Amino acid sequence: MTSPVLETRQLQKHFGGIHVTKDVSFELLPGARHALIGPNGAGKTTFVNQLSGVLQPSGGQILLDGEDITRLRPDLRVRRGLSRTFQINQLFRDLTPRETLGIAVAQRLGAGGRMFTSFSGNRAVTSEVDALAQAFGLTDVLEIATSSMAYGKQRLLELAVALAAKPKVLLLDEPAAGVPEAERQDILAAVKALPNDVAVLLIEHDMDLVFAFAERISVLVEGALLVDGTAAEIAADPRVKAVYLGEGGHG
Amino acid sequence: MRWKPLLELAFWLLAFGAIFLLPRRLLLLNEIAILALFALSLDLILGYAGIVSLGHAAFLGLGAYTAGLTAKHFAVDPLIAIAAAAALSGLLGFTTSFLVLRGSDLTRLMVTLAVALLLGEAANKMQWLTGGSDGLQGVTVSAVAGLFEFDLRGRTAYVLSLTTLLLLFLVARRMMASPFGMSLRTIRDNPLRAAAIGVPVTRRLVTIYTIAAIYAGIAGGLLAVTTQFVSLDVFDFSRSADVMLVLILGGTGYLYGGILGAVAFKILQDVLSGITPQFWHFWIGLLLVLLMVIGRNRINGWFTALAQPFRRHVDREVAS
Repeated sequence: MTSPVLETRQLQKHFGGIHVTKDVSFELLPGARHALIGPNGAGKTTFVNQLSGVLQPSGGQILLDGEDITRLRPDLRVRRGLSRTFQINQLFRDLTPRETLGIAVAQRLGAGGRMFTSFSGNRAVTSEVDALAQAFGLTDVLEIATSSMAYGKQRLLELAVALAAKPKVLLLDEPAAGVPEAERQDILAAVKALPNDVAVLLIEHDMDLVFAFAERISVLVEGALLVDGTAAEIAADPRVKAVYLGEGGHG
Repeated sequence: MRWKPLLELAFWLLAFGAIFLLPRRLLLLNEIAILALFALSLDLILGYAGIVSLGHAAFLGLGAYTAGLTAKHFAVDPLIAIAAAAALSGLLGFTTSFLVLRGSDLTRLMVTLAVALLLGEAANKMQWLTGGSDGLQGVTVSAVAGLFEFDLRGRTAYVLSLTTLLLLFLVARRMMASPFGMSLRTIRDNPLRAAAIGVPVTRRLVTIYTIAAIYAGIAGGLLAVTTQFVSLDVFDFSRSADVMLVLILGGTGYLYGGILGAVAFKILQDVLSGITPQFWHFWIGLLLVLLMVIGRNRINGWFTALAQPFRRHVDREVAS
């Protein structure tokens, strides 16, 4: 049996009196295509924020490659191979994609803190940025300000910049959120084309995207893991159906 | 564009040419060069890293007193006095950087303001050392590098200040064009995401805050050795406010903003106080109000048009 590349043990998160992550023990295997689904307010983003270090858990452990990273700073998690995208664009609005991707690559190569070498003159960085842009269809917008790019392109840049860290684990928080129908296929294609050796955890509402992509699915309901299984098992699970059908009644 | 470096060259040639072209205004030019360096220092943290400060005079003031006291008591070369100012201000910058790491802009404004107030009051109380409200008297400065005596017309002073400004400007430009400089801009835009792509946000902010403090300390050191006097007003709130005004006037985030702003501000001050002595702050106030009401962006647009040749990222300005 392969050991998980990312694991949580009895993860807990309280916001005041509200228990938003309840005892979540979760495993992500190397190279996995895993989706995390759940109704609105199930605590999916809170869970991801703890994995990436944006939020500190109230209890429990997070392990990357078997090492405890529960208290590790976000940038050091990235260095160890845990990268993510954001549900709402968190891009550098004033920078160009070339600059955005370039600094992510430079950081990974250990050149991000250099003060007296040229940023734009680093060939290793430039060639990698060009390759990433090619892969994500960003070549034609590399030199324009991110804020003036089409939304679909910005979502692709989100993916590209997360991948620039050459992660072992990639967390995708609703990569297609807010993208117009016409551009969704580009996102889906980009997600499907992610390197096989990267373990991907997809957090998504769109069931078409989830079932087109995921081999395994975990269902989070009210902060707790309800069920975990193959895509076929989840599709057939009556409890999952009840959660999704019952959602209208609750809210 | 090929004419950009030419225009930059012309600017610096003109600045140095002023030694011969405006021999009667060298004292004013010296003030401009020092203010430009001070504003350049603020640009490093505000324009590149997004750290707002209303107490940048803390570093200017500490630098001024350090250089003044070093020159007074140890009779060393003024360059050594300025180096001491750089070191001590840098140390203060490093120490206080941890106060501005977290928190909102409001927190940062208040913390920086408070640090400058604390130092100003400390300098006031330590009369035995600083001379208190009488100012630091009896600063005698030897010749720069043992060769260039300070003269009454301010020639040596201006050459020293301008040369320092040019050197530190070149260092800053090199630094801001590096991966380090780019990582600062990611932090300014979005610290959360900067960390999420692997940028060590805390370390970067500590580093640039310390460097900016060194720059401001050197500006203070230049002030002390070229005027051979230091008074408590180096810590004044108006110093911190003026330098912010200068930088906003010239535009943030392209390094020439502080320099062009200092030129505009000092010339304006000189002309206005010539016309209406004691009253020029009224006009500066009016200008500030207009600047904010008409909108910084529009004014910046005019300046951008004027300063376009100095900008290194023209394409992005047009695109955004």
